[in-house]
Amino acid sequence: MPQIGSFTLLLALALAAYSFVGGALALYRKDDRLTETARRAGIACWAAVTIAAFALVMAAFGNDFSVAYILHHSNRDLPIAYKFAALWSGQEGSLLLWAWLLSTYGLVMRLRYKVDPQLTAYASAIVAAVQVFFLLLINFAAHPFGLVKGTIPPDGNGLNPLLQYPEMVIHPPMLYLGYVGVTAPFAFALGALIMKYPGEKWIHITRRWTMVAWMFLTCGIFLGAHWAYEVLGWGGYWGWDPVENASLLPWLTMTAFLHSVMMQEKRGMMKMWNMWLIFTTFLLAIFGTFLTRSGVVSSVHAFAQSGIGTWFVWFLALSFATCVYFFVRNRETLRSEHRLDSLVSRESSFLFNNLVLLVSCFAVLWGTLFPVLSEWVTGSKVTVGPPFFNRVNVPIGLFLVLLTGVGPLLAWRQTSLDSLRRNFLVPTVLMMVAAVALIVGGMRPWHDSSYFYSLMAIALSVFVVATVAGEFWRGGRVIARQQHVSVASGMVQITRRNTRRYGGYLVHLGVVLVIIGFAGLPFNQDKEQEMGFGDKMQIAGYTLVCQSYTQDDKPNYESEWAVIDVYKNGKKLDTMFPERRFYKASEQTATIVANRSRLNEDLYLVYTGRNPDTGKPIIKAHVNPLVMWIWIGVHLLLIGTIIAMLPSTKPARYAVGVRERARSAEAVTTGD
Amino acid sequence: MLFLSADTDARFAKLGHQLMCMCGCNQILLECNHVGCAYSERMRNELTAGLERGDSDSLVLQSFVQKYGNTVLAAPTSTGFNVFAWIMPFLVFGLATAMAVWLVKMWRSRPVAQPVARPNLNSAELDALRKKAREETDF
Repeated sequence: MPQIGSFTLLLALALAAYSFVGGALALYRKDDRLTETARRAGIACWAAVTIAAFALVMAAFGNDFSVAYILHHSNRDLPIAYKFAALWSGQEGSLLLWAWLLSTYGLVMRLRYKVDPQLTAYASAIVAAVQVFFLLLINFAAHPFGLVKGTIPPDGNGLNPLLQYPEMVIHPPMLYLGYVGVTAPFAFALGALIMKYPGEKWIHITRRWTMVAWMFLTCGIFLGAHWAYEVLGWGGYWGWDPVENASLLPWLTMTAFLHSVMMQEKRGMMKMWNMWLIFTTFLLAIFGTFLTRSGVVSSVHAFAQSGIGTWFVWFLALSFATCVYFFVRNRETLRSEHRLDSLVSRESSFLFNNLVLLVSCFAVLWGTLFPVLSEWVTGSKVTVGPPFFNRVNVPIGLFLVLLTGVGPLLAWRQTSLDSLRRNFLVPTVLMMVAAVALIVGGMRPWHDSSYFYSLMAIALSVFVVATVAGEFWRGGRVIARQQHVSVASGMVQITRRNTRRYGGYLVHLGVVLVIIGFAGLPFNQDKEQEMGFGDKMQIAGYTLVCQSYTQDDKPNYESEWAVIDVYKNGKKLDTMFPERRFYKASEQTATIVANRSRLNEDLYLVYTGRNPDTGKPIIKAHVNPLVMWIWIGVHLLLIGTIIAMLPSTKPARYAVGVRERARSAEAVTTGD
Repeated sequence: MLFLSADTDARFAKLGHQLMCMCGCNQILLECNHVGCAYSERMRNELTAGLERGDSDSLVLQSFVQKYGNTVLAAPTSTGFNVFAWIMPFLVFGLATAMAVWLVKMWRSRPVAQPVARPNLNSAELDALRKKAREETDF
């Protein structure tokens, strides 16, 4: 297997190099036959990388510890799913996964070349160039099939215990699908710039690729957050770790692009801006990978660090120079076609939305790199942790939530005062009612800034929900009147007729639910206590009673856990089993959190260890309000994204009376 | 850990979230969950002792900085070069907003094309224009 893997990786490099050089030459000479061979070489490259990835997985399944990578990331007793996950648990394997995903994106692009053969040829050559970089890296700097020198040990070191969790099997591939997926819109955008693409078709193609990458990146980020919550056992889901931040940076710029691209599609505006948003997204994805693997900043994701950072710096510099060169050369093709008619319009809301997203991106990047900068300037390192990021990003985020509610209610070009009053009255009243209700309910925003932000987050969320619900209601009511169906059925139909718009609204609703989940953070409570047989702990109205504690020995790990009965108001609610495992091969411990998740709050128990003197377990209990709304919100967000990617259905034609037509027109005007 | 009064308990939680555990885990002191962590238990006890002595918040934090260095603070202070950490995001926000407003003004000041004469359009051309208008207000 190692020989097959090594050979196919070299073959893949040769094919990618041909696809790039041959493809570029073919475009220069306008040679269609050469273009076709370059396209086919790109497809063959996918086959070669697939065989290499398969060889590594088979080496893990076959316990081939002659391969250094398998020796360091697997062991005989590792469950089969985690042996598969070993492919991306270390540096070399994860780069191979990266190369395979990039080849797969390239495959889809090259198979669908008829969408626009000329543009695809450019994009294919650019993707091939990126493939060449990653395959060079795999072949010469981080080879996954390197062999063990000397005697081959009988068993491997095992997989990092933190990664032995079902979500960890899908979190990295999802994240990588997002990171790598950025290459496709980047390639189309750069290709369009190089060929001075006439018209806006390229932006339609790019937008769909961007949505796919955005969806995977979103999924990957939240799977990571959920994994951190369920596995790391510190009671939180986002720690503003540099590696977490690295995934957020391209997500923010991609989100900005998905909004501003509408201005280009509809009004021919912001062409240069959009081009640079895509370039920046790609560069940030590469930068994030550099940050994760170079060790330039301290991170809890230490397992991913190595010395390949220099490769990424050079690639980053080369990519940036290429973008600048073609932008300067062909920027005349990116002139805006229209002017902005009014400050109170959909266009300006997109402009400010972009501004806020990019400022947020800058704040995250600045905070992440500030320790390095501080050390460089003053010679003294500082920590930039969650208090900084929360204080800077929460106000920016709240402004963004406000724009999420305001934007859809503004019309393209110009919004009249009358329309503003009509559209904003109900949502604003509901927002104020929500704020007053929260204060009456006991929230005291003047006691602490975090309470103030929490109140603002919930009130603004109500505002956004009201605006989005209003949009669905108005659209659904028009269809209901026209077709004599229920309003709910009308809402479904209007969504099917304009998947992009209403799918987008669902994404906004999902974001709002996530924000509501975040708003519970200031009200978290925790308590740690040693708990022997029958001992009780009181927290947030819960009474926890330790029924027993025990231990077990399994082939892969030893475990100890407690049996905790949960009571509230004297009534037994549940029995929970917080656990701690000791993985034999890697000689590392990991927590298995017991979490009782409900809509109002999570009761989250961690078995932190045993008191060495008494032998009794130490249990840490957290009560985290509203966390479940985050995961519900993410599901809605993903559903909305999928709907927005689906093609819209054509409305059925039928006779409509003059009055009905007037009502429809009114609804459309209001909605836009 | 000793039992603290409700007020001291709140201060313990507040200050404990402004400090990092120095074991290298990169976690907030009160969130470090390593079993047998050589630092967090000791640091928590030091924090409790400082509060029991009646030290002010700044004195407690200062004593940690003296013992463990600047990196023990979870966020940069607002003195010296660290000020830049705090002001830059808001400065960029201000500059970006000013630039956006300038951009909007520039866009608005562009001359609007004036119709030279009433266009004489046939129904097919009118249909095409209606289709374009529909598309432009589609979102």
